[in-house]
Amino acid sequence: MHDMHVPAVHHHAPPQGFIRKHVFSLDHKVIGEQYYGLALLAVLIGMVLSWIMRLHLGWPTLSIPGLQLLSKNGAPGGIPTPEYYLQLMTMHGTFMVFFVLTTAPFAGFGNYFLPIQVGAEDMPFPHFNMMSFWVTFVAFVVALAAFFVPDGPPLSGWTGYAPLSALGAVAGPGQGLGQVLWAASLAIFCVGQLLGSLNFISTTLDMRCKGMSMMRLPLTVWAWFITSAMGLTAFAVLMPACILLILDHVAGTSFFVASNLVVNDQLQPHSGGSTLLWQHLFWFFGHPEVYVAIVPGMGVVSHVLITNMRRPMLSHRVLIYSMAALAFLSYMVYGHHMFVSGMNPFSSIVFSFPTLAITIPSTIIVLIWIGSLYGAKLRINSASLFALGFISLFVSGGVSGFFLAQPSLDILLHATYFVVGHFHFTMAIAAIFGIFAGTYFWFSKVTGRMMNETLGKIHFWFTFVGAYSIFMPFHYLGIAGNVRRYQAFVDDYLQPLLGVHKFITVAALVTGAAQLIFLYNLIYSRFRGPKAPQNPWEATSLEWTIPSPPPFDNFGGKLPVVYHDPYQYGIEASSGDYVMQDSPEQVQTVHDEK
Amino acid sequence: MATTIHEPPAVNAIHAPELGAGKGAWPRNPSEGNLRMLADHSSGASRTGIWVGLAAISMTFAAFTSALVVRQGSALDWRHFALPSVLYFNTVILLASSMTLEVSRRRVAAFARGFDSRRAIPLGWLYVTLAMGLIFVAGQFAAWMQLKAQGLYLATNPSSSFFYVLTAMHALHLLGGLGGLVLVISRLSKQIPTLRRSTMDTASYYWHFMDVLWLYLLLLLWLKF
Repeated sequence: MHDMHVPAVHHHAPPQGFIRKHVFSLDHKVIGEQYYGLALLAVLIGMVLSWIMRLHLGWPTLSIPGLQLLSKNGAPGGIPTPEYYLQLMTMHGTFMVFFVLTTAPFAGFGNYFLPIQVGAEDMPFPHFNMMSFWVTFVAFVVALAAFFVPDGPPLSGWTGYAPLSALGAVAGPGQGLGQVLWAASLAIFCVGQLLGSLNFISTTLDMRCKGMSMMRLPLTVWAWFITSAMGLTAFAVLMPACILLILDHVAGTSFFVASNLVVNDQLQPHSGGSTLLWQHLFWFFGHPEVYVAIVPGMGVVSHVLITNMRRPMLSHRVLIYSMAALAFLSYMVYGHHMFVSGMNPFSSIVFSFPTLAITIPSTIIVLIWIGSLYGAKLRINSASLFALGFISLFVSGGVSGFFLAQPSLDILLHATYFVVGHFHFTMAIAAIFGIFAGTYFWFSKVTGRMMNETLGKIHFWFTFVGAYSIFMPFHYLGIAGNVRRYQAFVDDYLQPLLGVHKFITVAALVTGAAQLIFLYNLIYSRFRGPKAPQNPWEATSLEWTIPSPPPFDNFGGKLPVVYHDPYQYGIEASSGDYVMQDSPEQVQTVHDEK
Repeated sequence: MATTIHEPPAVNAIHAPELGAGKGAWPRNPSEGNLRMLADHSSGASRTGIWVGLAAISMTFAAFTSALVVRQGSALDWRHFALPSVLYFNTVILLASSMTLEVSRRRVAAFARGFDSRRAIPLGWLYVTLAMGLIFVAGQFAAWMQLKAQGLYLATNPSSSFFYVLTAMHALHLLGGLGGLVLVISRLSKQIPTLRRSTMDTASYYWHFMDVLWLYLLLLLWLKF
């Protein structure tokens, strides 16, 4: 029945050589896989770094085998020094936030599926798209290089607060060349993301196939589109901040370092700089970055749940508007990261109000999910389980956000593990659940083979229970006054909490090891998994109308024509209880918003 | 139960290739070797792309501006100095280059529509624009030399720091515009031209934006220095 297609030809010919096909590819699908692969590599590094930190926190005198090989001075005898602990922490945050949470759900899945879901053969600027990945890869290599310079990576945290980050080697190990490499890496990363965002926005607005109105776009496309708009403005601000930081290091300027600063008994040759300026610039990027990490997950989770509920969300439009409201408000709340910076209490209230207000669209989104799930006969599979897990974690993390949104409470909790628990729940582990949901859902489309469902469900339960075991006790630790960023807890009042740290460490090791199940499933299924049918989930969006894996030009030279809203489930159609977007079949719907 | 019949959109099989054009697919060889037959299939995406790109650049310079304002107010060490006079000459050159580029753009449009068969005219204007762009960059370099002669280096004072940063960042972006002009010239110069109208338009928009951005920066520098 799918015969009303529009003939088309691809704007760049299929590549013939290995390099053009697999390395410097212009194909959005290959670029998406490259981003996903990079994220996988980065998450493995980030996870190992977190293991080292957790082992040290639980057993501060434990010698970690092989660690001294990474840094003789940083970990003599395999025991990290306090400085090296902070260096590991910095790189854990940097790899996870930039090269995992931004890269996989947005650039990875988005590159692969956005053009297909809008009915396009590729993105409009494939050369920019290729550059986007390789620029990001260079950024990754530059960040990684910080491990191999004499003083190692910086110790100023993934937020790189000035003046510590701006002073140079005098401020401590890694604060010289390591910090410059870190800032250069982020500046390069920003260029890559800007090129990617440009493509995403242009594809969504201008490459949609016939009949694909904006409201017929799947929620995933909306999520990537909104994320692109956020990324465009946020990364454009981080880049100049990093340039100014590098100049403070290498050119002796004084953007971020104040006058008369004495560090390690040395008067610093800077004058008049503003330490708060860095925080303003960084968090103007940093808070939207939280949503850059989480909004694509919201899109993926909605897409996966709808397919498995066999009915659309309570309101397609309100969900879109709420994601857009999140993006808009994310620019107004950044000051809540600076409540303890000594800002005027009135300014705190100004930032506190929108911070509390941003919970409104978040709550609406969650209520739409839960309301739509209510009474639905949800198909339980690995993808839908991880989607449910996403909601659970997002809600759990969001609740602690209420506390931190209020300056009077945040001042008490800001420097404690409460904040660590909060942001790991919301932007970190919830977003990673979104990545898992997307992986289990789309694996068959990308590879043409199915993942093992049993292993997927085992992986889910280990990860879900593990995530709560790791991050929920953080909140307890924070309320008990356990400070963060300390490498060992030797104060008397912290001694009773050591048991909790040991529990968290064991949970982290077990949960991390459980990821090997996922890795095995991913690699084994890629080569030995059972052949996947074209549309194993009986889904409706355009990626399921084409073979698995998709051909080079996505639609075999004929662009689709779209006749239906994206989620027409729970109906009577010739194909079953759903109708695909490109089917000209006329159907009666029960869940139509029009 | 709400009942909605989804009407299929009308598809005219005769004009089917055009339906896809610019909406997901591009022609393999847009001009078929003939600029006059060039149907510009990419104009929508190109236009969106350039506006999105310009928005990102605007955000970058907005961040630099806010940094300048905050830094100036954070201490009493801001030193005022007279802007190098060559900047005003550079401004005139840059504005003039926009005019020559606009003449060229319109000539390319006339050529593409078949109203004018002389390709050399737009090419000539493009070369003039390119030369003016290079003069502007050289002029900015001369401005830095003038500051250096006054003993004002990058790290001398926050005001000189921002002067160098802002002008260097603008010059870097302008070099991108020069690259765009070289691309346009090379595509138009080919024996069989392959220049798309959208490429010409995009390069022009970017170049004009560099003008506007420079005027803004000059005003900012004039006000703050």
